[in-house]
Amino acid sequence: MVSSSPNDAFVAFEHVQKSYDGVQLVVKDLNLAIGKGEFLTMLGPSGSGKTTCLMMLAGFETATNGQIKLDGVNINEVPPHKRGIGMVFQNYALFPHMTVGENLAFPLEVRGMGKSERDAKVTRALDMVQMGAFANRRPAQLSGGQQQRIALARALVFDPGLVLMDEPLGALDKQLREHMQYEIKHLHETLGITVVYVTHDQGEALTMSDRVAVFNDGRIQQLASPSDLYERPDNSFVAQFIGENNKLPGVIESINGDSCTVRLATGEVINATPVNVSEKGAKTLVSIRPERVEFKPEMMPAGAHTIDAEVMEFIYMGDLFRTRLKVAGSDEFVIKSRNTLGQRMLRPGEKIKIGWAPQDARALDPM
Amino acid sequence: MADLAADQGELLKTSDGRPLKEALAQAQSKAKWRAFMLVLPLLSFILITFAWPIAQVLHQSVYNPRFSENMPQIGEWFRTHPNGTEPDEAAYTALVNDLVSAGAARTVAVAGERVNYEMPGTRSLFTKAGRDAKKLEPPFKDSLVALDKDWGSPELWGVMRRVSSAYTGDFYLAAIDLERDANGAIRQVPENERVYVNLFVRTFVLSAAITVICLIIGFPVAFLLSSLPMRYSSLLMIMVLLPFWTSLLVRTTAWMVLLQSQGVINSILVWTGIISDDQRLVMINNLMGSVIAMTHILLPFMILPLFSVMKPIPPSYVRAARSLGATSWTAFRRVYLPQTIPGIGAGGLLVFILSVGYYITPALVGGASGQLISNLIAFHVTKSNNWSLAAALATILLASILLLYWLYDKLVGIDKLKLG
Repeated sequence: MVSSSPNDAFVAFEHVQKSYDGVQLVVKDLNLAIGKGEFLTMLGPSGSGKTTCLMMLAGFETATNGQIKLDGVNINEVPPHKRGIGMVFQNYALFPHMTVGENLAFPLEVRGMGKSERDAKVTRALDMVQMGAFANRRPAQLSGGQQQRIALARALVFDPGLVLMDEPLGALDKQLREHMQYEIKHLHETLGITVVYVTHDQGEALTMSDRVAVFNDGRIQQLASPSDLYERPDNSFVAQFIGENNKLPGVIESINGDSCTVRLATGEVINATPVNVSEKGAKTLVSIRPERVEFKPEMMPAGAHTIDAEVMEFIYMGDLFRTRLKVAGSDEFVIKSRNTLGQRMLRPGEKIKIGWAPQDARALDPM
Repeated sequence: MADLAADQGELLKTSDGRPLKEALAQAQSKAKWRAFMLVLPLLSFILITFAWPIAQVLHQSVYNPRFSENMPQIGEWFRTHPNGTEPDEAAYTALVNDLVSAGAARTVAVAGERVNYEMPGTRSLFTKAGRDAKKLEPPFKDSLVALDKDWGSPELWGVMRRVSSAYTGDFYLAAIDLERDANGAIRQVPENERVYVNLFVRTFVLSAAITVICLIIGFPVAFLLSSLPMRYSSLLMIMVLLPFWTSLLVRTTAWMVLLQSQGVINSILVWTGIISDDQRLVMINNLMGSVIAMTHILLPFMILPLFSVMKPIPPSYVRAARSLGATSWTAFRRVYLPQTIPGIGAGGLLVFILSVGYYITPALVGGASGQLISNLIAFHVTKSNNWSLAAALATILLASILLLYWLYDKLVGIDKLKLG
């Protein structure tokens, strides 16, 4: 399903650059190949260039340099209405003066489709999103979640091979958003369409995607599957941006293939996996996920360095315990433990030793 | 939902047993009273300066006591003798008595003017009779007719019978070029005296033309205003609003300078050789002058409502239409334009209503062919002193605008009107 070679890619960005003012590049040399049937998410903070990339793909912005190819054909000069790409907008962009049915019939109508065929397709698309009974309503009479479904149905009704989604769930409340994430995911799987999805919500990106492209500063920082992205971030930005993360600054003490030791500012030595540091003496930022930190001696991985910690705060979160510790001079170190039967609740002021498997501590660039 | 319906069935009460509605009204009464006091100054201002004068105008259009007040006795004779009765000696006696008393009170000219509206040329008949009536000897029929044979004319008596009642619909007839003959039947005025219907038609056609021109010019400007970045759009907005900061008279006079035959535009055209010196365009003191100057003056009233409607339309609508396969023209026609209809309606209604009643500009640059109905209303108020006819014309204008509102409400819905 996943294809990374530009030759057989369904959508390909080749050396794409974009500038709005001729002074600054919003997108800097973007190369990205998206396979047919793939669900690719562009994830990044606002202003990272992800939406600009989507707009270039949809045809609403022109690439300043480089090529965008759809199914092997350069589409730089193709106007938006001839690209045949479905798009779901952030505010849904349902036409307020048309009923739901008319909204859905619009793309079919402009393609010159006959009335009976149109009606059949509209009904099918509405049923697909479980909105069959709403064809005669106006968008304003629908809730946010319903509007979102209609927008989705409208983007799919003319059977496009590629669907773009620009933060489509941003306006929904948390519960509905999570529900819609699964629904979109299932639609993608059933229809076999290619989806390019833009969001700034990392949870959304991890839940839905085959691959995630993390954007920052006009560049893709990492392009990887959700699990790789979370567990093996390539650099400090990705580690920071995806999920919660503990940072320990230090200097490489020794390095040996795919393991290293790092001396922290306060003198302790810890184990880590070097990622984008290569030499002894280099500054680094060691990143450890809160749920991978162990504090019970019997669970500690063999041979791991341990380090002293003092409990600052304990928060009961229901399914999780979140404990803030003072480690190596910083009191921002967080560990998470599952609320299992007999799990220990740490008390503030308690002194403990913590440790982790070396592969969970990643020595990254110092930012 | 079911609970709510059940609750509405019985009267809700507060915890201490009072009906809820009464408690609510009491709790809010102070706030309501304060709100009312706050708007009271404006409300009374509007009542005194707007509602009351309009009521006066409406009343004046059907009420004119100039004859009936000053000539009471002949009025009494008309009331007791039905239409068609030949004026007898009693009638002439009443008439002469009225003329004598009105002559003494110096109001005979006022009564004569009222008759003169209906029958031009009779004012002097009354003033002369007012002077001479006291010297007349009975039988008055013969002596008055001897004074001027017009006093025996059935047409004059017909007119006097009609004007002897203060309430009349005749001004409305006059306002649409109709009159009554000696027997009271309605007929059209002679062709060379027909003025008002043509003028109404011209006023409405011209206003419609100005509205359409304003829409054609204003729509792209409003679109530009709503889509340009803030920096440029506020500059453009200042340029749109600039006319509001200069006096209407200055703007109209500026057009006089620009449009006259020795004016700026003609001089430039001649200088560039587009037209020769003897082909100078006549752009002022005619219909064209009115259209140009009024379009300029009324343009902001079209642009602002359009802008206020276009501003909140996000670009994603047109983008969505484009991504769904519509060409830019289709996207505009099917998606953008329908959403601007409230603005088009509001701007169109505003410009049309303003231009229907426009006075200064057509008076200054309209010449004879560019005069509108408002200019004639002003003429009747200031020159001919026929306020009732002016009021009737104004009422017709008002009624037609209310009709327009009604039509708009039926077709588009007045609640969709957006003025900014």
